[in-house]
Amino acid sequence: MQWSFNNDRPIYIQLVENLKLFIISGTYKPGEKLLSVRDLAALAKVNPNTMQKALTELEELGLIYTERTNGKFVTLDSKLIQKCKEKLAKEKSFIYLNDMMNLGFSKEETIKYLNKEEK
Amino acid sequence: MSLLTCHNLSKSYGKTLVLNDINLEIPSGKIIGLLGPNGSGKTTLIKLINGLLMPNSGEILINMKPVGINSKKVISYLPEHSYLNFNMKVNELIQYFSDFYKDFDKEKAYQLLKKLNINAKDKLSAMSKGMKEKVQLVLVMSRKADLYILDEPIGGVDPATRDYILDTILTNFNKEASIIISTHLISDIEKILDEVIFIKNGQIYLYGEADELRAQKGKSIDEIFREEFKC
Repeated sequence: MQWSFNNDRPIYIQLVENLKLFIISGTYKPGEKLLSVRDLAALAKVNPNTMQKALTELEELGLIYTERTNGKFVTLDSKLIQKCKEKLAKEKSFIYLNDMMNLGFSKEETIKYLNKEEK
Repeated sequence: MSLLTCHNLSKSYGKTLVLNDINLEIPSGKIIGLLGPNGSGKTTLIKLINGLLMPNSGEILINMKPVGINSKKVISYLPEHSYLNFNMKVNELIQYFSDFYKDFDKEKAYQLLKKLNINAKDKLSAMSKGMKEKVQLVLVMSRKADLYILDEPIGGVDPATRDYILDTILTNFNKEASIIISTHLISDIEKILDEVIFIKNGQIYLYGEADELRAQKGKSIDEIFREEFKC
C-alpha cells in the first residue's frame, strides 16, 4: 500500500488517515511492531516531527500503543479496529451516494449500478 | 532556548533598505522554509546570519552568542552560488572540508556520494550543473552542525533528483539541529517543512507552522504564497 498526500491539507492529518488505512486494511496487523518514527518518516518522505505528531494522535485514538522501551505497536483491540473500519465505510458510502444523487440518480438506481459493477 | 535570534535587524545597500527591522527566533529541531519573491531579502538575511555581511543595526545571536568564529563552527551553509574550485576532485574536496571543519564526517560523505552515484575521483569541472549541486549538498550535509542553511538547494536539478535531495536532507536531519531552506520551488519542498517564514520587502510578513496555515486557509503553502505575493 502507498502513502498518498496532497499539499492543501495538514500533512499530519493525512498521515493519520494513511496509517489508519494501513491498520484497518490489515497491512499493519494487530499487535505488530511499528518502525521507528524516523524510519516511518523516511518511508512516507515526511518530516519526523510531523510523523511524531500523527503517531501521538493515533495513540490518543487508541489505535497504537507504546511499550516504554520497546517501541510502538498496533492495538490488539480488534473491536476498535472494526469500529474504525465501519466508520470509514459509512463515510465512503455517504460520499458515493451523495455524488450519485448529485448526478440525478435515486438511491435504488445507485444500488443497481453497484450491483452491475464487477470486481 | 532559541538557536538563532535576530533582534531589530536592518541592512541597507547604499540608500536601499533591504532588511527592515527583522525579529526572529528559531528553535532547534525544525525544518524551516524561508520563502519570498525575488529581491525580498532572503539571501541578504542568510549572508548576515553567516557573517558574510554586517548589519547596519540590530544583532544576530547563534546559541545566544554573536556571529563570529564560534557561530561559523556550528553553521553549515550551502550558498546560492558555488565557491568551490572546479578543478578539484570530489575526494580532494572531502579532504579539504575535513581539514577545515572539525564536525565533518568523511565516512558519511562517501556514503552519501555512493547513494547519489557520484564518483569521488571525478573533477567538478567534468560534472553537470545538477551533479555539482549534489556534491555541494553532500559536503554541507556531512557536517554535524547545529544549523544548516541551504540557499536554493534544488534550483538546478530535475524533479527526480529533487526528490532524492529532499530525501537526503530529511534522513540526515536530527533533532538537535535545525535546517533553514530558502527556495522558490515551494510545492516541491513544502511537505517536509515544519514552519514557514514569508519575507516581503525586507520584513517578516508571516511566520507560522506549515500544517496550521494549511488548516487555516484550506490551501497549500504554495497557493498561499501565490496569493500573498500576487504581482
